Amino acid sequence: MVVETAPDSLRLYFRYAAVQLRAQMQYPASFWMMTVSFFLGMALEFAGIVILFHRFGTLRGWTLPEIAMLYSIMGIGIALAEGIGRGFDTFPALIKSGDFDRLLLRPRSTVLQVLGTDMQLMRAGRLLQALVILAWAVRVLPIEWTLPKCALLLLAMMGATCVFGGLFVLQATFCFWTIEGLEIWNAVTYGGNETAQYPLTVYRPWFRRFFTWVVPLACANYLPLGAILGRPDPLGAPPAVQWCAPLVGILFLLACLRVWRLGVRHYTSTGS
Amino acid sequence: MTPYVAILSGRFRTLLQYRAAAFAGAGTQLFWGLIRMMIFDAFYRSSAAPQPISLSQTITYIWLGQAMLGILPWNVDPDVRGMIRTGSVAYELLRPLDLYALWYSRAVAQRTAPTLLRSIPIFIVAGTFFGLRAPASLFALAAWILTTAGAILLSAAISSLLTISLLWTVSGEGVTRLVPGLVIALSGMIVPIQLFPEWSQPLVRALPFAQVVDTPFRAYLGTLGRSETASAIVVQLAWTGVLVLFGRWLVARAARRLVVQGG
Repeated sequence: MVVETAPDSLRLYFRYAAVQLRAQMQYPASFWMMTVSFFLGMALEFAGIVILFHRFGTLRGWTLPEIAMLYSIMGIGIALAEGIGRGFDTFPALIKSGDFDRLLLRPRSTVLQVLGTDMQLMRAGRLLQALVILAWAVRVLPIEWTLPKCALLLLAMMGATCVFGGLFVLQATFCFWTIEGLEIWNAVTYGGNETAQYPLTVYRPWFRRFFTWVVPLACANYLPLGAILGRPDPLGAPPAVQWCAPLVGILFLLACLRVWRLGVRHYTSTGS
Repeated sequence: MTPYVAILSGRFRTLLQYRAAAFAGAGTQLFWGLIRMMIFDAFYRSSAAPQPISLSQTITYIWLGQAMLGILPWNVDPDVRGMIRTGSVAYELLRPLDLYALWYSRAVAQRTAPTLLRSIPIFIVAGTFFGLRAPASLFALAAWILTTAGAILLSAAISSLLTISLLWTVSGEGVTRLVPGLVIALSGMIVPIQLFPEWSQPLVRALPFAQVVDTPFRAYLGTLGRSETASAIVVQLAWTGVLVLFGRWLVARAARRLVVQGG
């Protein structure tokens, strides 16, 4: 058994990343087309929000730049999670073909190896679009940026990445039982992304509870943004909760990784 | 004509087999519709200004969008993609059939069968619980059916173009990714076109994408009169004709310079 140390694993991870980068750059035209398509696709999606604000003015007291902040935190989170965790997204193929057996034979953690199977570098297009929107929102909004607020913003992005990452891991874990990937997960990941682009207050209570307590996207987005904007939460979360909420995202990812380990232990090969 | 009808119906019946997938898809779509519904509800409550379409009409529009999502030209035929990747597209060229007509009939089946399966549970659930209204009148129902048929023919023509684009790009990730984004944004799927800024509406309606979603939905809501319905169908058929001719021309060009991937 090889002893895994963190720097060693990290080095291996970057090796995987370098291989993926080289492989994907073999088709440069395709790579750039994809990146641009992602950027434009997302820009059109945001245009939908702009159109709605043009028509209705505000959304329950929230302005367009404030929504843009919510939107970009989610966008950055999902772009990073998709880019890094793509291996978990395409995991059903690995299970169906039986190739997961090979991963189990190697003296490395399965998580690291699954991460290494695929990375989507063209998600950079999505990331870039979210960053542009974030930059615009930060310029327009009259926020007094202090160091803790900047740190909170970064923490929120990290929290969002962790929640989406956790969802991808969970989705893959279910394949140990179902073999087939289930489309219903899209409702939670991409539906969650859509949901969290708008303030939690617009939704019905059961829905809010789902995206706070079960899939804690609101903890990475709505709650910390309240603290950054200096806006007391109409749903009654005290400032301390607003400041610490993104940590829940990290806990969520850790919990999902625990479930993953359970799944790996349960795994029986399809034999194909 | 007969072989193409046979391909269409064969493909249609094959696609009807994926019932579990359609059921799961309908569940996803219902969840998505609920999110959109709550968002639009909040927007309508935020402004007292009169809007070109009412909230209940918008909600019906959203549910129609979820039910009819499958007729949007958002993907290429996965089998044809596989054939082009592996090179077995050469067999397609050897068949004593017209390649464009073959792919077009497949596209018609691809746009209708899965949509039929998915839309039924959505119509039932959203109609019973979530505010999807019945068509505004009998005329609206008839106009909706006719414009939906037109939308399917047009959508299949756009899908065929996407498939044909694979003959050039092989990996086919560029164009086939870009077009769905355009389609979804400019068809009315994200925001009903009546809510777009007034100046942009004629522009957006002139593009073929709105004909696939917005036209049949407005017919359903009863906002299209008799003459408007007739002209809408003419526009749909005209766009279909133009795109079919363009597609045929592309296929003819591609067939001359096609390099079959070996292996």
